[in-house]
Amino acid sequence: MMDRLLELLNTDARMSTEALAVMLDTTEEDVKNRIARYEADGVIRGYKPLLDYEKIDTQYVEALIELRVTPKKDFGFEEIAQKISRYQEVDSVYLMSGGYDLHVRVVGKTFKDVAMFVAQRLAILDGVVSTATHFVLSHYKDQGVLMTDMPGDERGNISL
Amino acid sequence: MDLENMLSQRTVSLKPSGIRKFFDIANEMEGVIALGVGEPDFKTPYSVRRAGIENLQHGQTRYSANAGLMELRRAICDYMLRKFNLSYDKKTEVLVTVGGSEAIDLAIRAFLNPGDEVLIPEPCFVCYAPIVTLTSGVPVAIPTHEKDHFRLTPEQLEAAITPKTKMLVLPYPNNPTGAVMRREHLEAIAEVLRRHDIIVLSDEIYAELTYNGRHCSIAELPDMKERTIVVNGFSKTFAMTGWRLGFAAGPAAAIKQMTKIHQYAIMCAPTTSQYAAIEALDHCEENICQMREEYNSRRRFVVDGFNKMGLHTFEPEGAFYVFPCIRSTGLSSEKFCEELLYSKKVAVVPGNAFGDSGEGFIRVSYSYSVQHLKTALQRIAEFIEERKENQP
Repeated sequence: MMDRLLELLNTDARMSTEALAVMLDTTEEDVKNRIARYEADGVIRGYKPLLDYEKIDTQYVEALIELRVTPKKDFGFEEIAQKISRYQEVDSVYLMSGGYDLHVRVVGKTFKDVAMFVAQRLAILDGVVSTATHFVLSHYKDQGVLMTDMPGDERGNISL
Repeated sequence: MDLENMLSQRTVSLKPSGIRKFFDIANEMEGVIALGVGEPDFKTPYSVRRAGIENLQHGQTRYSANAGLMELRRAICDYMLRKFNLSYDKKTEVLVTVGGSEAIDLAIRAFLNPGDEVLIPEPCFVCYAPIVTLTSGVPVAIPTHEKDHFRLTPEQLEAAITPKTKMLVLPYPNNPTGAVMRREHLEAIAEVLRRHDIIVLSDEIYAELTYNGRHCSIAELPDMKERTIVVNGFSKTFAMTGWRLGFAAGPAAAIKQMTKIHQYAIMCAPTTSQYAAIEALDHCEENICQMREEYNSRRRFVVDGFNKMGLHTFEPEGAFYVFPCIRSTGLSSEKFCEELLYSKKVAVVPGNAFGDSGEGFIRVSYSYSVQHLKTALQRIAEFIEERKENQP
């Protein structure tokens, strides 16, 4: 079973170690040690806010790209996946089952930026057979969090 | 015709909750961070909802047997045996009701003769005394105290018993205090009861939400099952408040009379809810564990939060409420809640809504997300700080 500490961090990574210790009925010291170990072991890879870009006054475009690639002898998909991961424009890279091989999320300022990146940097890589680019139009939910404003509590404010 | 004069005097005389006005204001105010509700924030487990939907699709929408679907009564008996080591006969000792509330109403009506006294430890949920009054009985409040962890003590019980005492209500785990009676506390109470002819109405609706060890029912103790009506239900355990389903388990002679009243007043509990409840009892143990674990983290977080802001809070071991003492602020429960609502838009319930002995306390529900609780606690802490600053 997953450590309850990870479950709690997964709902709110900014919870203080003090609050976590209280909720887990343990010491702050213990929480700090466990988190440090998770970080050292690479179980926890980082902490980021979950931004709603529609509410930020900035140019922001993201696209999901289906990549079909020819796996390399001895390396499989590893080499090309690593290579793509190193691009700054690339936000995430997943190896997929099904109709294509790599799922790449690319973030840029404008549609043109992203299109150019795919055409000039991704599509030309050795082993890439084809690309299909899908631009994201709207986020409804991200990482388990609703990106729409919540309706009020149907339970009301007070009951006995 | 003066309609007012036509109404039942007894009904009219029932004390309308003194804080109704506060409730109306709190519920109408916009942008409130509430800690006020008495129901789970979780959704009913999906498999239970699906069972209800499938039952509707199959058109199984008729009355059930008065006492409830036999299959549900079977599931209830299995559950009671599994959880509390209590063995009931599904044909004669169990009754499916419209929420735990109806089971409470039926039990009181099945036992009371005019003038019979019913002992009610307070603070407690608000329904017992009015039902006793409507049944021509006499509610006798026994105030419980924080120094006793809001438990009923055997001395208090002994002192309250008179020749007219018919029934003791045992509302644990308790709304609003979160107090529980563990086996050793119940044993002391049982010892007193065995010397008298007194029926126990054990309201165990929060039984599954017990955090330091498992819930013990007083019916588990020697010689107690024969004089105890256990009330339980699906609302809190399975987050099924709107399905309106509960049950009573007890001696056949009592269940027979309760079923008679139920038959005249209600016919049967909602059939869709009954089918869904079978799924809940038979397959949702894991859901209960998950919800309990989540509540437990929040409980520790909230108790700690109040103690840190200087509002002394005893550790509740059941239900999903904490009951901080607000006497240090110099305010009454109602005044505290009003000022908190107006100045910080945080809604909590005055402790005296649950009986006079709740004065000096507030009820805080933690059936909210941690994020929500955090925000609300911050606002309450600000409220306390600002009050300190404004006082000489």
